[in-house]
Amino acid sequence: MKRHLISAADLTRDDALLILDTAEEMARVADRPIKKLPTLRGRTVVNLFFEDSTRTRISFEAAAKRLSADVINFSAKGSSVSKGESLKDTALTLEAMGADAVVIRHHSSGAPHRLATSDWINASVVNAGDGTHEHPTQALLDAFTMRRRLSGVGRGLEGRRVTVVGDILHSRVARSNVLLLTTLGARVTLVAPPTLLPIGVETWPCEVSYDLDAVLAKSDAVMMLRVQRERMNAAYFPTEREYARRYGLDGLRMAALPEHAIVMHPGPMNRGMEITAEVADSPRCTAVEQVANGVSTRMAVLYLLLGGSEPAIGTDRSDSARTEESK
Amino acid sequence: MSEILIRGAKVLGGAVQDVLISGETVTAVGAALEAPGATVVEAAGHILLPGLVDLHTHLREPGREDSETVLTGTRAAAAGGYTAVHAMANTFPVADTAGVVEQVWRLGKESGYCDVQPVGAVTVGLEGKQLAELGAMADSAAQVRVFSDDGKCVDDAVIMRRALEYVKAFDGVVAQHAQEPRLTEGAQMNEGTVSGELGLTGWPAVAEESVIARDVLLAAHVGSRVHICHLSTAGSVEIVRWAKSKGWDVTAEVTPHHLLLTDELVRSYNPVYKVNPPLRTEADVVALREALADGTIDCVATDHAPHPHEDKDCEWAAAAMGMVGLETALSVVQHTMVDTGLLDWAGVADRMSARPAAIGRLAGHGRPVAPGEPANLVLLDPAYRGVVNPAGFASRSRNTPYEGRELPGRVVATFLRGRATVMDGKLT
Repeated sequence: MKRHLISAADLTRDDALLILDTAEEMARVADRPIKKLPTLRGRTVVNLFFEDSTRTRISFEAAAKRLSADVINFSAKGSSVSKGESLKDTALTLEAMGADAVVIRHHSSGAPHRLATSDWINASVVNAGDGTHEHPTQALLDAFTMRRRLSGVGRGLEGRRVTVVGDILHSRVARSNVLLLTTLGARVTLVAPPTLLPIGVETWPCEVSYDLDAVLAKSDAVMMLRVQRERMNAAYFPTEREYARRYGLDGLRMAALPEHAIVMHPGPMNRGMEITAEVADSPRCTAVEQVANGVSTRMAVLYLLLGGSEPAIGTDRSDSARTEESK
Repeated sequence: MSEILIRGAKVLGGAVQDVLISGETVTAVGAALEAPGATVVEAAGHILLPGLVDLHTHLREPGREDSETVLTGTRAAAAGGYTAVHAMANTFPVADTAGVVEQVWRLGKESGYCDVQPVGAVTVGLEGKQLAELGAMADSAAQVRVFSDDGKCVDDAVIMRRALEYVKAFDGVVAQHAQEPRLTEGAQMNEGTVSGELGLTGWPAVAEESVIARDVLLAAHVGSRVHICHLSTAGSVEIVRWAKSKGWDVTAEVTPHHLLLTDELVRSYNPVYKVNPPLRTEADVVALREALADGTIDCVATDHAPHPHEDKDCEWAAAAMGMVGLETALSVVQHTMVDTGLLDWAGVADRMSARPAAIGRLAGHGRPVAPGEPANLVLLDPAYRGVVNPAGFASRSRNTPYEGRELPGRVVATFLRGRATVMDGKLT
């Protein structure tokens, strides 16, 4: 495995399976009376969040704490620190404090990539969502959830058909899932109004459809993406009601799914928009399960990046940032 | 009167000639010239061209002297073989009055490295709402003939029409930065396969092409001339080709970086590749080269856009747009156009000197290398191969996309009205 996790494309099939298998082991910790492993004792994990995301942040925080790492939460939201200099200066600061891993959420696509490839910092960088680019740990926890429900522990997702519905254009979850699920052998279909599909989507390793009803019967999993109501103002679709009618998942559409199929949502859900309450609260909806699986998956990622695999911290240091420190 | 004898250069890449400069003028071109007492410049194997003319340079002064000044910018220009540059109007304050353009013009005079021809803003403050005092700038000491809101598009069709009409009174030209603003809100890079994968907001080709299409029609309608800044797409080439076939007075420029680089480079998220208009696709690069070769695109213009280090040492979205170009333009043109066989050196002289000078109505530049002509010349060594190292730039800024890249050619000497601004590859 690489030293950073920036894109789902960084993961080979073996890498991905290793993370998922490790996550299964981590999940067992959650069933113990003391939900803690000593693995990352003495290591420092920084949650560097330039964008609000309570869910992802606490998921990473819980994951790091269960591995006994020291956790620092750095919320850098707001205009005064949203400029590029601060990303660099913040990185230099974290480096000086001895961060071993930086979990970064940033509103700007590519910011984690920049952090990992700059000479600003030596820590492992984990992308916790960058702009409209990628969110690889979300894809991993989604794959983990699908594997448990659809193909069984220890396997890939060969032959499984996954339909991702919604605002693909602005979705980092969709990008990471297309890459990872394809790596794991699944066949992905994206469904959206044409306005919410990126130019060039036909070159992605997946199918594309404008018609949700046409693909439901052929889906083992349907992943509903959150659609922001503000998109309506930029003319991506005419009204919320029209969106919900054409692309929302309601009880009727859920009934068209094969019996074993699951309904997924990365949260937070817009009930009444992309998903009705009836579907969200049905036993087929794995939204809550995904949250629990998120902690196990992120434990696995941190463990493998920081301790459990060859190129762990300390083997690959360039000394630029250290020099910075001694000036 | 001091004399310089350039011995054995290939004039415009053709016959080997000696060229004698007396004072500010070329006085003789021929074989085995004798000039006792003249300073001799041995130029065997070198190419002699008229001094290069840039229609599109950001000198940043007044206002952003941290990135460039007229002095450092003209030194960079001389180092790149230029004898005249057009200084864009998006300074602070904006060059939208006679006062500001005269200030820039005077700073250029004082620098002594390169003639500086200020470009005037089309609208007050580049706001696109009210025409700037174009006539006052035209009548000023700076004698402005090129007007541009570059950096911003004159997107209001009525303002654009009026500007095109108005500048006819003094033989001016409006140089349009073609970018439909609504189609490019928040745009970060070319819209295509790569932007989709990277999750960066796209800048679609149609946002440039639709404005160019409108403006060539407007120029035809009012019988004025329009110049298209930094044309970047294959579709834009088709529109300009069509407009020219109608006999309309439409000219266009292409930057060196659009002749060489593509949006694939953005995969690195390195902001040194962030520029406006953005780097396009390989198909666009091919079309631009062909259009420059066949004359559809009239000239190469650098869009030299210096930025301080901190404006590029950050994440992509926070970074400034633009690249420095004066000191690498000739090498990039040799690499993409000459070494590929698309253009000969006479063609380079046409596209980098004669035509931009003609578009800018710049007397004394872009002239033939012939007796009686002003001695604005550049001597270059086309056999040279070197790796671009921005640490050696004369520009105050270092934001080049070519760092570490091997490029051919080197400016050996530049002469501004007979005076060497560069000699032996070094600024004098």
